[in-house]
Amino acid sequence: MLRIAIATIAVALGATAVVAQSDVIAQRREIMKGVGAATKDPGGMLKGETPFDLAKVQKALATYQDAAQKMPTLYPENSKTGGETTAAPKIWEDMAGFKDHFAKFAADAQKASAAIKDEATFKANFPAVLKNCGGCHETYRVKKS
Amino acid sequence: MKKLLVALVVLLALGAAGFWLLTAPSTYELVRGAPDVTVASAPNLENGRTLFWAGGCASCHATPGQDDRTRLGGGLALESPFGTFHAPNISPHPRDGIGGWDVASFIRAMREGVSPDGRHYYPAFPYTSYQRMGASDLADLFGFLKTLSAVEGRAPDHVLPFPYNLRRGLGLWKLAFLDGKQAQSDPSKSAEWNRGRYLVEGPGHCAECHSPRAFTGAIVADKRLSGGPDPEGKGFVPNITQHEAGLKSWSKADIAELLKTGFTPEYDAVGGSMGPVIRNTSQLGDADRGAMAEYLKSLPPVASPPRPAKKAD
Repeated sequence: MLRIAIATIAVALGATAVVAQSDVIAQRREIMKGVGAATKDPGGMLKGETPFDLAKVQKALATYQDAAQKMPTLYPENSKTGGETTAAPKIWEDMAGFKDHFAKFAADAQKASAAIKDEATFKANFPAVLKNCGGCHETYRVKKS
Repeated sequence: MKKLLVALVVLLALGAAGFWLLTAPSTYELVRGAPDVTVASAPNLENGRTLFWAGGCASCHATPGQDDRTRLGGGLALESPFGTFHAPNISPHPRDGIGGWDVASFIRAMREGVSPDGRHYYPAFPYTSYQRMGASDLADLFGFLKTLSAVEGRAPDHVLPFPYNLRRGLGLWKLAFLDGKQAQSDPSKSAEWNRGRYLVEGPGHCAECHSPRAFTGAIVADKRLSGGPDPEGKGFVPNITQHEAGLKSWSKADIAELLKTGFTPEYDAVGGSMGPVIRNTSQLGDADRGAMAEYLKSLPPVASPPRPAKKAD
């Protein structure tokens, strides 16, 4: 009886671990998709395709800060592979550097949020925030498709 | 029996002599013809600068671990299925770089993949693409490289297992895969398209990563630009033909924008080894990025090569 109980608990724990692991992968993919979606408006404004809208810009910057806070917590050791993850092994080899990138992303977004008041300050400050995207992907993401 | 042995020795000697002859760098010039190395006037440094960024020289040759993309001290390790290559110093340093070269040596290096002292270069240096460039453009590029700062120090040697450590064998590879043809413009197409094709297929050497390779290390011709396994071993390089899995849904402006800022139409920022490429293409003019996009939009759709089997988690 005890054996069965232990076995049941073990299986349950194992299952939870699997769920948790695919969960964080799905979560970080969702957050990153959200960051991309949030960039559509300001991206169009930078290209001059859509009119400048301060509220939308500030909303995007808030999304970035929120993402930069959540993301670093979603890379436990057991989430290196699985799902459709494109996380590079480098993340776990250099977790401190990886987290620094998010800290810088958050700080840059915050700085821009304070500096941006109108279209001119938007065009002067927003591109520096976007530089963080490629800078991190270059090192910590593996392209799979 | 003795006769047989003599015959065998003679055959082996003939074989070795044949190999030696076929793989000599001078044999390549005999077969393909010597490249034009006549250079008319002083280099156009502005054009040289454009070609430097289009050619992506800095991606491999810039000294790793520092931010100045024009310090070309080399040393970057490129891991490949054939072993590890180390990009050499191409700064104008007289001893460690190309400071002592003349322009004809530079043109031969870029078009024939051969060093001033007559050794073959490995095609990790993409001379299969750079051979499309003509003497005048190459002289401009060489002139521009000479204006950069001299960096001291040599890169480590390549680390290659047998038989890839035999440079001489590359002579055969070149006879098979280096056609020696300079780009010719197609009068039936627009000037923009021709410029784009030149930048993509020549200096830009896009196909070198965005194509699958055969076991010989040569690009599979009918799968050109359809993507393939990352030659550095991780992930998959995207299809950039007009296939549905490629850039079919992208507009010309989308492609030009990616080359400028690194963002896809969905505002995903490209990473991996495309990151350094964007740092180069962002330095080009809008007209050149537009031309590259114009050419890519004209490519026939080619299905991507099969993905490697997915590893079990």
